[in-house]
Amino acid sequence: MSNGIKVIKDKCVGCGLCVKSCPYGAIELIDKKAVINEKCTLCGVCVDACRKFGAIVITRNTFRGQDIAAYSGICVYAEHRQGKLSSIVPEIIGAARELKKDLSKPICAILVGKDVSAMAREIISYGVDEVLMIDNPKIGDFAEDIQAQLVADILTEKKPEIFLGGGTIIGRSLLPKVAAKLLTGLTADCTELAIDPDEKILHQTRPAFGGNIMATILCRNHRPQMATVRHKVMKPADIVEGYEGKVTDMSHIAIPESQIEVLEFVEEQTETVNIADADFIVSGGRGLKDPKNFKLIEDLAKALGGAVGASRAAVDADWIPYSHQVGQTGKTVNPNIYVACGISGAIQHLAGMKSSDIIIAINSDPEAPIFDVAHYGIVGDLFEVVPEMIKQIKGA
Amino acid sequence: MPSFRNTYIMEENVNYFLTEEQEMIKELAAKIAKEKIEPVAAEYDENETFPWDIVKVMGQSDLYGVFIPEAYGGLGGGVLEMCIVTEELSKACGGIALAYAACGLGTIPIIQFGNEEQKQKYLTKIAAGEWLAAFGLTEADSGSDVSAIKMRADLDGNEYVLNGTKTWISNGGEAHVNVVFAVTDPSRGARGVSAFIVEKGTPGFTFGKKENKLGIRANSTRELIFQDCRIPKENLLGKDGQGFLIAMRTFDESRPGVAAQALGIATGAFEKATAYSRERFQRGQPISAFQGVQFMLADMATQIEAARALTYQAAKSIDSGMKQVSKISAMAKLFASDVAMKVTVDAVQIFGGYGYTKEYPVEKMMRDAKITQIYEGTNQIQREIIALNVIKESARGTK
Amino acid sequence: MKIVVCIKQVPDTTNVRINPETNTLIREGVESIINPFDMYALEEAIRLKEKHGGEVIVMSMGPPQVESSLKDAIALGADQAILLTDRAFAGADTLATSYTLAAGINALNDADLVIMGKQAIDGDTGQVGPGVAENLGVPHITDIRKIEEVTDNYMVCERLLEEGYVRLKVKFPAVITVVKEINEPRLPSLKGKMKAKSATILQWTTKDLDIDVDRLGLTGSPTQVVRIFTPPKPEGGKVYKGETRDMVSELLSDLQANGVAIKKSKGN
Repeated sequence: MSNGIKVIKDKCVGCGLCVKSCPYGAIELIDKKAVINEKCTLCGVCVDACRKFGAIVITRNTFRGQDIAAYSGICVYAEHRQGKLSSIVPEIIGAARELKKDLSKPICAILVGKDVSAMAREIISYGVDEVLMIDNPKIGDFAEDIQAQLVADILTEKKPEIFLGGGTIIGRSLLPKVAAKLLTGLTADCTELAIDPDEKILHQTRPAFGGNIMATILCRNHRPQMATVRHKVMKPADIVEGYEGKVTDMSHIAIPESQIEVLEFVEEQTETVNIADADFIVSGGRGLKDPKNFKLIEDLAKALGGAVGASRAAVDADWIPYSHQVGQTGKTVNPNIYVACGISGAIQHLAGMKSSDIIIAINSDPEAPIFDVAHYGIVGDLFEVVPEMIKQIKGA
Repeated sequence: MPSFRNTYIMEENVNYFLTEEQEMIKELAAKIAKEKIEPVAAEYDENETFPWDIVKVMGQSDLYGVFIPEAYGGLGGGVLEMCIVTEELSKACGGIALAYAACGLGTIPIIQFGNEEQKQKYLTKIAAGEWLAAFGLTEADSGSDVSAIKMRADLDGNEYVLNGTKTWISNGGEAHVNVVFAVTDPSRGARGVSAFIVEKGTPGFTFGKKENKLGIRANSTRELIFQDCRIPKENLLGKDGQGFLIAMRTFDESRPGVAAQALGIATGAFEKATAYSRERFQRGQPISAFQGVQFMLADMATQIEAARALTYQAAKSIDSGMKQVSKISAMAKLFASDVAMKVTVDAVQIFGGYGYTKEYPVEKMMRDAKITQIYEGTNQIQREIIALNVIKESARGTK
Repeated sequence: MKIVVCIKQVPDTTNVRINPETNTLIREGVESIINPFDMYALEEAIRLKEKHGGEVIVMSMGPPQVESSLKDAIALGADQAILLTDRAFAGADTLATSYTLAAGINALNDADLVIMGKQAIDGDTGQVGPGVAENLGVPHITDIRKIEEVTDNYMVCERLLEEGYVRLKVKFPAVITVVKEINEPRLPSLKGKMKAKSATILQWTTKDLDIDVDRLGLTGSPTQVVRIFTPPKPEGGKVYKGETRDMVSELLSDLQANGVAIKKSKGN
């Protein structure tokens, strides 16, 4: 059977749900039947919309993959920089440990780089059973061309069924290259991972279309099943005192020559920029009306000892640099308190902050969607409310 | 990040039979207005910032070339194309748009009367947006009255020596190419005036104080001061003594540009007021539901459309090569600028107290509108021109 | 220098809203645009051409209507545009897309540099850049915010990181992806638009490429979307209305009552 999308005419009732669901405008109703035109990208949204009637089917017959039965276990990529493990690593291991509960298979970690041996113990302490390590001065930070080759070689040798990396700058650069080497699937920036109870395969869920919809993705016929995990979403693994794990030296793998040379590494930490790790965040949006009004947000952030965030609208208008952007296309944050000032709460923004412990919204429009996620909402003019908050906090 | 959507959405529901190329020009000018001009309009007005950054964008986008012949790097359009651009830019800011329109005013005499060398030298740079042009006719004691000009240009060997001061010159101090008018033969009155091209940086050519104005504050309005300023003989524009003719012909072609600026300001204010009337609630309903507001909106829309029809018609008449265009050109300028004043005043009214503040853009539009009734010949002068023409036509008819 | 810019036509998701009744996307008024991040890639390519000479070729994979976006790219200054279009390409995930684009780039012969935006706003995966690099057998660098130096053989650039940046030198040929900090994209010019109007967009199908058909489209895609759903609508919390001062003091005392510590700033 050839691949493609088909409308089963007998089952189609002409309800038009598929037409509304299609993000590409590729479906029309002709004579009360759905007709799919050339704009279709086979994304599958309509198949889901038509679940009730089952009138749209996508037939797929993917290219021959690896011998699935030969693959077993969970593997994580231990990202590190300047001799330190990245903060995403405990989160990936945390996700892996959740999967281990359903899969009952060991967790291994790939650790490649220069002077990395010292990190192996730390990785194990998060509950990792085996560290697959290549410690060699030829593997510099940011040499993703050769790192990808080494990771791919290790995966080919060890054959884990699942391989997870961080949804970080490095993870999102390295893993696609690895996936392309291994000819397997990779799902970016997952916010939810689960094992299918029957098929025992990985359900990878991620936001799409700016967080407007969520998609669950499978990689049925190819191994390993690869995913990057969104930063600050998964619960980090706790340290397991005295956890027993082994370190396996993989240095029999040949190390190729990198085409990338590091000239300089520069840290640019400013107190307000580092929103991803902040406990308090005060964010401003379109409601500020003018870039100079960000001063108000800064003042409140300062009063709370917190960082300054911003909505995409504010960043797009060049009121504040991109490094402050919270949301689907910005950073995901997870502070104790998130104060949203003059932010309507577009889904793309909510995607980046809704896991905050406490959300306080200040907006003049009582209908603003931000109030749906806020634990506390103040309906009022932020130009009055924010100075009053500063005053009362300082006076408190 | 900027939006890459096509932002031009104003569906006017009137077909002016613009060509595909003219629609393209309109669309691009609207995009620049929306994305580049509108966000800075209030700030540039407040700080009297000359919009060089916007000029650069317009230059790169070829907008300065729309009315310049293709032989000199332009797109070969005419007055209508210039009007379309001016109108779209003015919807966002009439002051910033003046960096474009005043350049057009300074360029028209070169297109009309320049010799091949002058055209090659100046029009190519203007079309590329590298050089701006300005037009210097007015003096302290002579408004639109060419015969009262005092500035002198005396031939000395191969050079003209310029002495005198031009006032209220738009793009003053910013334009590289300055077309100025000076007396070469005092005995011949208006027939003794000639036009010259003076480049910025010529020794003896300096700029006076920058006017602190009610509106169009993003443009620099300054004096051009000439003290024994020597320019080569070749910089004479047209023939000796042709100054009066050059000035009048230029105004015939430039006045629809002022009309277009006024039209843009009016349309911008109207769009803002209409949108606001739908958002502003009083007594539980949008103020657009009140007949008092509705009648204002209806009158504003009707006047704007009439002004647009007249402006485009004037531009098309000029572009068609018609000889006698003074009347329709003056009519367009007169009508559109009066409409702009009225519509912007009403727009402020619809915004109420908010409209009177600088939080909203309509008070600025009202300030910007006023100049269109004044410059390039006050509306009293326009009426004179129109009256003279209709009486002449009547006299011809009854002969 | 031969630069290839890969662009994607995407629905303008900043305008996408959900109909709360049907829980479906409201598509009305949603236009197709060039992926905004790719605009930075195109701008950077044009700037490199202006500075160092050479040519800029834009390439996209997609249905025939993508031609309009490719024409927009020509209006902005690209020299040539190629659309990889074939029913066989439909349904491609990032692996199949990378393979197909790489086949198209290979067919151009000796491209020095391939530039893309850091990700597309509809998928947000950012996987195609590294994937294309692998299929071409060349190195890649993602998230570039500045190109410092370009020679015949290599380039030096600044790559954005979570905590700062790193300056890297990479040999050509290479694939790079760029972030919005890298430049401010220009607007099209009228002459460019006119050129675009009459420009011919080359259309390449599987027949024009040296390509394994099993690696294309749905067949070549290991990943499969099995469920699409709208995120559950969250429940709102306590809402304050009234006088500013009362609202704020009530909020602060509620926070305190719930054991939430509001930090007083140090030194203030």
